[in-house]
Amino acid sequence: MISGISIYHILTLTTILFFIGIYGFITRKNLIAILISIELILNASVVNFVIFNTYLYPDMLQGVFFSIFIIAIAAAESALAVSIIVSFYRMLASVDVKDTETLKY
Amino acid sequence: MNLEMFLKMQNELLLVVLLLAVLVGEIITSQKGKSKLINFTIIAFAIVTLIGFFHQPDGALFGGMFHTNSLIQLLKNGLNVGVLIILMQSAGWLKETLVKQNKSAEFFLLMFSSLIGLNFMISAGDFLMFYVALELSTLPVAALVAYNAYKRQSAEAGIKLILSATLASGLALFGISFLYGTTGAIYFDDMANLLQMSNLTILGLVFFFAGLSFKVSLVPFHFWTADVYEGAPINVTSYLSVISKGAAVFILTFILFNVFKAFSDIWKPMLYTVAIATMFVGNLFALRQQNLKRFLAFSSVAQAGFMLLGIINGGVLGAASVVYFVLVYMFSNLGAFGVVQAISHKTGKENMDDYNGLYRTNPMLSMVMMLGLFSLAGIPPVAGFFGKFFLFTAAAGKGYYILVFIAVVNATISLYYYLKVIRAMFLRQSENPIPYFKNDIFMKLGLATAAAGILILGLYSPLYEYVQSISNLIFN
Repeated sequence: MISGISIYHILTLTTILFFIGIYGFITRKNLIAILISIELILNASVVNFVIFNTYLYPDMLQGVFFSIFIIAIAAAESALAVSIIVSFYRMLASVDVKDTETLKY
Repeated sequence: MNLEMFLKMQNELLLVVLLLAVLVGEIITSQKGKSKLINFTIIAFAIVTLIGFFHQPDGALFGGMFHTNSLIQLLKNGLNVGVLIILMQSAGWLKETLVKQNKSAEFFLLMFSSLIGLNFMISAGDFLMFYVALELSTLPVAALVAYNAYKRQSAEAGIKLILSATLASGLALFGISFLYGTTGAIYFDDMANLLQMSNLTILGLVFFFAGLSFKVSLVPFHFWTADVYEGAPINVTSYLSVISKGAAVFILTFILFNVFKAFSDIWKPMLYTVAIATMFVGNLFALRQQNLKRFLAFSSVAQAGFMLLGIINGGVLGAASVVYFVLVYMFSNLGAFGVVQAISHKTGKENMDDYNGLYRTNPMLSMVMMLGLFSLAGIPPVAGFFGKFFLFTAAAGKGYYILVFIAVVNATISLYYYLKVIRAMFLRQSENPIPYFKNDIFMKLGLATAAAGILILGLYSPLYEYVQSISNLIFN
């Protein structure tokens, strides 16, 4: 627990982080930037789990464990996403969203 | 604590053993032995599938993180049979295309790891297990979708799938974190007892539902579906649309019925609107498709809308109708996809106009396609009719008459576009129809199993009675 900072401050922070991620996912034009936005979303929930655990249920560890699993799986996800983007880049020499529009409607 | 305990997860353990065997087999076989390895894997997987029918364990493991009972085992068997049909249908493609590129064994590895993930997901007893299993089932499929490394559309579909799947799991996680914050529990049982109606928990429910809706491709979250289905190799498409969607529908039903039992006033109106939107969007977009993969993609979106009619019932009858419909839908879709796969593999044609006059040249294929499409549309003698009938009964039993009326209107719309394909095959003539070709033995077996499944599930009523007798097990 951090003295002087209530749980509301941190929850506000994570919610803002989450919606920055959603905004970035919708508006970015670069595939890597979209991936970064997704990391923001995942990290917002990681911080949420840790904060709920420390502030509300300090005698248990479920939230902390959950966050460790999320971090590990997020790493696997971004590795796979980057590798698919790399194989796309080899074909087109581009990582722009506007080049991924051959499949539409 | 003894080792026999682990027999409760026999299905998963057998799959892990098989996966390791394929991995070792890939290392020790020479280039010539690769196609024998494919035969071996399919036969070994058939044996694993058979074992699941004989030994049906019950109970929980790891303090309740993993639990299984006859209903879950039935669904696991269903998923196994579905994957077996997919593997048989793709054997020819694997032997002729992938062995040359030296990546045939990886196909099995990725597909089996995704199947293990789905098995753990429907057996999950807490949110941590659920989340890890969800990711284990999604990530290998993303790699499979991008499997044609030199095809632009395949990579594009892979990017679309992995980005939307991660966004979906992010949404679901944010929701789970709120639920955890209000209750302090991650087990389904504990959370169901502790959850109280508050704005934060409702927000958690909505985020969680949104995350899982991506996987089931319900309407505001269906945009990835058609693109990914078109870009992916066809057997991966049928895996996505049948196996992974069926498991996701089951776990959605399970969690809504158990964890959010006290919240049915919240999620029933939510499902109501989503079901109507899903049926209309799926059906109306399917009307204008020419590519058969896209066509089946939108038809599967519409079918997901019909499945919500069973969930909205909220009781044993609803659970029975959903599980039964998932099984029926699996066989029907695999029949249709199998024919598309066979034709696309031999000739490379995937458009509806290419199918003109197919009945004259390839009567057996057109018969299987007709069975599959009739079953999807819900024409009486085949299984799809009874699947839809029980779903509608489940919704009408709780007084959702307007919803059932809208669903019937949608079933009529869907009949039109399914018949369009059948008209192309049987009534239209073509200057240069698809020539006659012979399928390999595995493809024939796969199509025959799918067709037999459609007929047996529809005509042999004890199967539905069995599903109904065990579906009270969905309430823990």
